[in-house]
Amino acid sequence: MKSKTGAGIEQSTIHFEDVTYGFNGTVNQPIVAEIGFSVAAGQTLVLLGRSGSGKTTLLRLINRLLVPSSGQVVVRGRITTDWDPIQLRRGIGYVIQDAGLFPHFTVAENIALVPSLEKWESARTAARVDELLTLVGLEPAQYRSRRPRELSGGQRQRVGVARALAADPPILLMDEPFGALDPVTRAELQHEFSALARRLGKTIVFVTHDLREALLLASRIILLEKGRIVADATPQDFPGVDHPEVRAFIASLMPLPGANA
Amino acid sequence: MSPWIFFLEHRAEILEATANHLTLVLISMAIAIAIAVPLGMLIVHRRTLRNIALTLASIFQTIPSLALFGFLIPIPFIGGIGRRTAIVALVLYALLPILRNTYVGLTGIDPAVLEAAEAMGMTESQILLRVRLPLARAVILAGIRTATIITIGVATIAAAIGAGGLGTFIFRGVAMVSDAVILAGAIPAALLAIAADLLLGLLERRLKIT
Repeated sequence: MKSKTGAGIEQSTIHFEDVTYGFNGTVNQPIVAEIGFSVAAGQTLVLLGRSGSGKTTLLRLINRLLVPSSGQVVVRGRITTDWDPIQLRRGIGYVIQDAGLFPHFTVAENIALVPSLEKWESARTAARVDELLTLVGLEPAQYRSRRPRELSGGQRQRVGVARALAADPPILLMDEPFGALDPVTRAELQHEFSALARRLGKTIVFVTHDLREALLLASRIILLEKGRIVADATPQDFPGVDHPEVRAFIASLMPLPGANA
Repeated sequence: MSPWIFFLEHRAEILEATANHLTLVLISMAIAIAIAVPLGMLIVHRRTLRNIALTLASIFQTIPSLALFGFLIPIPFIGGIGRRTAIVALVLYALLPILRNTYVGLTGIDPAVLEAAEAMGMTESQILLRVRLPLARAVILAGIRTATIITIGVATIAAAIGAGGLGTFIFRGVAMVSDAVILAGAIPAALLAIAADLLLGLLERRLKIT
């Protein structure tokens, strides 16, 4: 698929500048603290960490579902609080674990959500829906009119990815999108998505607690522990980082014979 | 006198009272829905208004119906003897089930769906109209169903303040100590309630999204 955002690539970056976030805007007892990093255009950044380490919070700070208690998040050259949140979010695809598909919409209507909000013509929308269904490996004629309840977990997640890509946003946020799938389906989707991500050239921020998934998909891994960044490395360098939490994650792979880490 | 003979002899009168009763119920329900559903939408994001609205609606519901009709009689404009007062009372009774179900339906939605909607850049009103409302309609209809059945029952008491309807027979029957006359009001009222329950139940199942 050709990217229509050639001019936007330069801007499609994300910067965290000394960001702290705590409930009700307080800096005491923060959920994430003193976070600073940048994501270059086209990069796939994986935020890795245990449950409760603050990964999802960072993701939600990017599309302004949350606002920093201190510091700032800059997305495509503008601080998130300066963005109109609706405009900001329309330019950011979002995929979550349970897919969050609208049960009262068909597959096609789900995928066409952002195009319909952006008031695309129906012919253009229909063509885009079919294009995306094909892209995520679902036969359009067969799946277009189905309801989410008539899909398997893996198919729902494919539709979730298609919906996130609908308006061709330069940025994609993914919160453990394959976390609820059975291991075989998960591996299939991971590999397909890995190929898809390389082809699309989107800036992707991907949250997971699965090191194997991180190593497969990432161009860069940031490891979080208790709301702070404890490692920031390429997948190649990551296993060599000297930090107890990194070793803990590596150890979690160990019982598996032939681990390709 | 056998109830059957009484029914046959007074069938025109009973039919007219049933029609009156139904009109009373339909007008009251239409007004109650027009108030409670938009109000339920309004209180989704407004906590203070929500507490006030739900408390008020609950209070109306706790007032014994005969007393409520009585209270309304001396109130200017909305009160007095007759159908208008009865409608005001019936509306007040019907508010709570509709309001509560509207609120519960609109807020009891899978958080993942709401999160996705917000993250995709839907505005609050788009989420309300295109996500919350369609997903809540079966629950809202369940509230309307409950309210309709309550209203059909309470509307029999409206006869006490001269609003007509099937209560006319019931009050007359009580005064005359005649089961036949009471049943002439009670049976059609019960049948109306059962019919409404079945019909709205059917509609509710059709609206349900699994």
